[in-house]
Amino acid sequence: MLDLIPDYVKNAPFYHLVVEAFLLVWILWLIFRKSYSPPEKNKLTEKDKKELLEEWTPEPLVPNYDFRESIVKPRVVDGPVAKYAIVDGVKSLNVASFNFLNMVGNQKISEMAIKSIQKYGVGSCGPRGFYGTIDVHLELEQRLAKYFNVEEGIIYSYGFSTIASAIPAYSKRGDIIFADEGVHFAIQKGIVASRSDVRYFKHNDIEDLERLLKEQEDADKKNPKKAKVTRKFLVIEGLYMNYGDLCPLPKMVELKYKYKYRIFLDESVSFATIGKTGRGITEYYNVPREKIDLISGSMEMSLGSVGGFCVGSSYVVQHQVLSGQGYCFSASLPPLLAVSAIEALNIIEEKQDEIFPELERKCKIMHQKLKALNNYTVSGIDISPIKHVRLSFENTLDRLEKIVDYAQSKAISLTVARYLKEEKFSSKPSIRISVNYDLTEAEIQQIVDVLDQAVN
Amino acid sequence: MTYDKLLASNEDQGTESIRLPNGLANSEKQTTFLHKRNHSRNLSTSSLKFKNTLKKKSIQHELYESPSRLQVFYTHLCYTILEVFGHIREFMRKWGLEQRKGAVDNNTEDFAPLFNSYESFHTRNVYVRNRDCFNRPICSVPGAEIELVERKSDDYNWTFYYTGEKIKVLNMGSYNYLGFAENNGPSSRCAIKSIEDFGVSSCSSRQELGTLRCHLELEELLARFIGVEAALVTGMGFATNALSIPAVIEKDCLILSDELNHVSLILGARLSGATIRVFKHNNVQDLESKLKKAIIDGHPLTRRPWKKIFIIVEGVYSMEGTITPLPEIIALKKKYKAYLYLDEAHSIGAVGPTGRGVVEHYGCDPRDVDVLMGTFSKSFGAAGGYVAGPQNLINHLKNSSHSHCYATSMSAPVCMQTKKTLEIIMGLDGTKEGQRRIKQLAENTRYFRDKLKKMGFVVYGNSGSPIVPAMLYMPPKVAFFNRLMLERKIAVVTVGFPATPLAGGRVRFCLSAAHTREMLDRALQAIDECGHLNGIKISKLNPPRTFQQVLEMENLQKNNSKFHK
Repeated sequence: MLDLIPDYVKNAPFYHLVVEAFLLVWILWLIFRKSYSPPEKNKLTEKDKKELLEEWTPEPLVPNYDFRESIVKPRVVDGPVAKYAIVDGVKSLNVASFNFLNMVGNQKISEMAIKSIQKYGVGSCGPRGFYGTIDVHLELEQRLAKYFNVEEGIIYSYGFSTIASAIPAYSKRGDIIFADEGVHFAIQKGIVASRSDVRYFKHNDIEDLERLLKEQEDADKKNPKKAKVTRKFLVIEGLYMNYGDLCPLPKMVELKYKYKYRIFLDESVSFATIGKTGRGITEYYNVPREKIDLISGSMEMSLGSVGGFCVGSSYVVQHQVLSGQGYCFSASLPPLLAVSAIEALNIIEEKQDEIFPELERKCKIMHQKLKALNNYTVSGIDISPIKHVRLSFENTLDRLEKIVDYAQSKAISLTVARYLKEEKFSSKPSIRISVNYDLTEAEIQQIVDVLDQAVN
Repeated sequence: MTYDKLLASNEDQGTESIRLPNGLANSEKQTTFLHKRNHSRNLSTSSLKFKNTLKKKSIQHELYESPSRLQVFYTHLCYTILEVFGHIREFMRKWGLEQRKGAVDNNTEDFAPLFNSYESFHTRNVYVRNRDCFNRPICSVPGAEIELVERKSDDYNWTFYYTGEKIKVLNMGSYNYLGFAENNGPSSRCAIKSIEDFGVSSCSSRQELGTLRCHLELEELLARFIGVEAALVTGMGFATNALSIPAVIEKDCLILSDELNHVSLILGARLSGATIRVFKHNNVQDLESKLKKAIIDGHPLTRRPWKKIFIIVEGVYSMEGTITPLPEIIALKKKYKAYLYLDEAHSIGAVGPTGRGVVEHYGCDPRDVDVLMGTFSKSFGAAGGYVAGPQNLINHLKNSSHSHCYATSMSAPVCMQTKKTLEIIMGLDGTKEGQRRIKQLAENTRYFRDKLKKMGFVVYGNSGSPIVPAMLYMPPKVAFFNRLMLERKIAVVTVGFPATPLAGGRVRFCLSAAHTREMLDRALQAIDECGHLNGIKISKLNPPRTFQQVLEMENLQKNNSKFHK
C-alpha cells in the first residue's frame, strides 16, 4: 500500500508535510463553517412589531378646519348662465362666468345640440381609440385647425386636462421647462406631472428669462453630449388668466432660435377674444404660427362649450394621439358638445368683423371706468376681457367677498377669483370681472356704480 | 366516462381544481383535483391559478391561465421579427432607398429631437401597421349596433381616406353596459329639455358661478343611490381621479396601489406627492405584508410614522375583467387603520343585483369604504365622474379639489341624462326598466362567458364582470382577429403591448343589456370562426369546439338531466 504514495511525497521533508496537512484542514474548516453574520442590533421582536402595529394611529381622513361658507354653499343658478342669470332666485347681470362672446343660451347652438342628441345620444361610451371617435370630433378638429390656419388639431374632453396632458406627452424626466410664474393651475399640474426640471421666471420679465437661459447655456457647454438630447420648452400663456396681461411673444420667439427651445402657448383666454379676427395673440403680434410649436386652448370660454384643443403642425400634434393621457385613457367628448363648438365657430366666422371690434371696445370702456374708481386698482391690459379688480387699501378675501355679496344683493353677479393654497405663486386676492361683448354701456356703468357703492 | 361528461358534471357543481387562499373556509365543497381522476388531458396545477372570493350564496371564481411556454416563445419571436424588419426599413429610409413617410419637424436640426428615438421607432414600425384597428370613427349612437365610417388606406395605414360609405356592425367594443346609449329614450328627452332650460355649458367653475340646480339634485340622488351621506360630481371621469386624489392625500402619506390600476389613478397618486408602493394584482397577502412593513418601518428616509395610509383599488379592472376582493380588503383596512379609495368606474350600474356596484355585489357596507369614486360614461351613457362619502369629506373636496375650483362644471344635458338614468335604475320612474336591464346584462354576461369558455378560448376575469377578455398573445393576431371580425360585421376591441404586458395581447368584449340573444349568437358564431383561423382556442380547461358543438353538447346535457328526472 505504501507504493501508492507518490515519490515526491515520500521524499518531502517532514515539516513540509505537516504544514500542508495543516493548511488542508484549515481550508476545509473555512469552507464548511457557518458564515459570519453580525448580530442585528435593532432587530424588532414579534412583540415590538405587534405593539407598533397597534399603536400607530393615522391622522383623520379630513383635516378639521372651518370650511368657507361661500364655497360649501355657493350661489345656485336656475337657468342658463347667460348675460342675465337667475342666481339664487334673482335675475342678475352676470360678469362672473367666462362668457366673452355670449354663446351661453344661444338659440342656434341649442338647436344644433338638440339635433345632435337625437342622432348620437348623449355620451360617447368609449375612449377615442375604441369606437369613441365620432365624425363630429373629426370635423371639429379640422375646423379648429382651419381657424388657426395650421396643419392639424386634436380635442380633449375637458379644458383642464388639455394642457395638463399635453405637457407631459412631450416633456419627460430630464428635460427642462421654462415657465412664467403667472401660469394658471392646470399648466402647473401639467409641469408637475411631466417630472421635468422646471425653472420659473418672473411674470412677463424677459430679462429674468434670459438670465435663466444663459445659465442653462453655460451648464450645457460643460456637458454638450447631454445637452444635445435634453429638450427645452417654454410654457407661456397668451393672455394670463391670473393677471389679465399679454405675454411678450415676439421677443420670446426671437429667443427661441437663439437658445433652441420649443414654445408651448396656452391660449385659453386669448382664443377668440384677442386679435382683429380673434385668432389669438399670434395675430395680435403678427407672429407666424409655424414658429409656435403647440397652441393649446379651451372651448369652455369663448365657444361656450366644454373641452379643450391643441393645434399645431402634424409632427407635433399627432404624437398626442398615443401619448396624451387625457386623450387615450378617457371617454371622448360627448358629441353634443362638439356640435355646439362647431356651431359657435360658425357664428364667430360669420360675424367676426363685428364681434371682435365690439369686444375690444367694451373691454376698453370697462377698463377706463374701473380705472376711474377711487378705491380700486385694475390690473391688466385694456383690451383684455378679464379684469382683476383689487381694493386700494386692505385688500383681503373677506372684504372682497362682502363686496361680491353686496353686488349680488343689487342683482349684479361678480366673483372672487378662486385659488387653491397649492398654487406655486399665489396672487393677491381680487375680484375677476369677465367682459361680455354684448354688455351695453349702461350695464357697464351699473357695474361700476355698484362697485363704487360697495366700498362704503 | 369521457372528458366532456366529467367536465360537464363538475361544472354543474361549480367546482374545478382550486387552491384556496388561507383563511377562507369552504366546508361545503371540498377541493377536488380533476387531474388525479381522469387522465385524458394533463392538467398541471402550476399553470392554473384560481382564486375563490366568498360570496353569500354562490362561489364566483376568477380565471387566470398563464400562457404556455410555447405561446410566450412565439410572441417573442414575433416581436423580434418586427424589430429586425423595423431596423431594415429604418436603414432603407435613412439612405433614401425607401420614401420617408409621416410628418417631419419644422425646426432646424440643432434643436433637441422632440421624440425619444425608441418611442418613434415603435410608432413607425409596429403601431402604424395595425393603426386601422384603432380610432375607428363612427357616425351613429354607440348602442348595440353602430355605423362605422368606412376608411381605407392605399399606403399601409400611413394615411387614410374616407370612401363615404357606412358599415353597420354589431358593437362589442363600447362601454354601454346597461344600454343607455340611446337617442330616443326618456333620458335623452330629459337631456333635450335641459338644453332649453340651462343651455349647453355654464362656462364657470363650481366655486364661482357654475353651480346649477341640476348638479345639486344629481348629487343628492347619487348619495341616496350609493347609500352614503353626500356626493360631488365632476365634468370628466379621468379628471375626477387625477384632481380629487391630491385633495385627499398629501405628501407624507403612503399609497398602496394595485398593480393594474388605471392611468388616472396613477396620475392622481403622483400629483399628490405621496409615496407609492404597488402590490400584486388582487393579492391580499401581498397587500397585508406591505401594510405591516409600512407601519413598522415608517417613512424610508425620515423613519417617522406615516400620516395616512391609503389603499387604492378598482371595482372592475377594465383590461382583465377581474373584480377586487373587497371584503378581505375592508377587513385589512379596519385591522390596520388604513383608508380605502375605491374606483368603481366600470362597476357602478353594471355589477350588483340593483346596480350599486362592487360594494353591493359583496354585500358590504358602503360606509366602510372611505372614498367611493365612479364615472358616468360607462353604465349611464353620459360623461363625468363623482366622488361619494361622508359629508365632511365632500365639504373638504368642495374646498380643495382642483376640479371644483378651476375646472368648468358639468354640462347640464349630461347632468340631466345621468339623473334620469339613475332614476330609471333606482326604479323611481315607476317602471321596472332599470331592473330589467340589470338582469339582462347579468344574463348576457353569464351566457357569453359560458359559451366562450366551452369553445376553448382562454378567458380571463371574474364570472360576474361584463368585461370578457380572451387571450390572443401574439401581436399579429391582435390585428388579424380585429380585421376578420370586421369582415363579419362585428366591431371588437383588441389590445396589445404597451397597454398590456408583452405576451398579453387580447380581445376584450364589452357586453351590454342592449344585446339580444340573437346578437350574441351571431357574435359567438363569428368569434368561433375567427378564433379557429387565429388558432387561439388553446385553453387547458376545455378542448377546442365549434359553436354548434357547444350548443349540441348543452342540448344533450339538458335532455340527459330531463331523462334522469
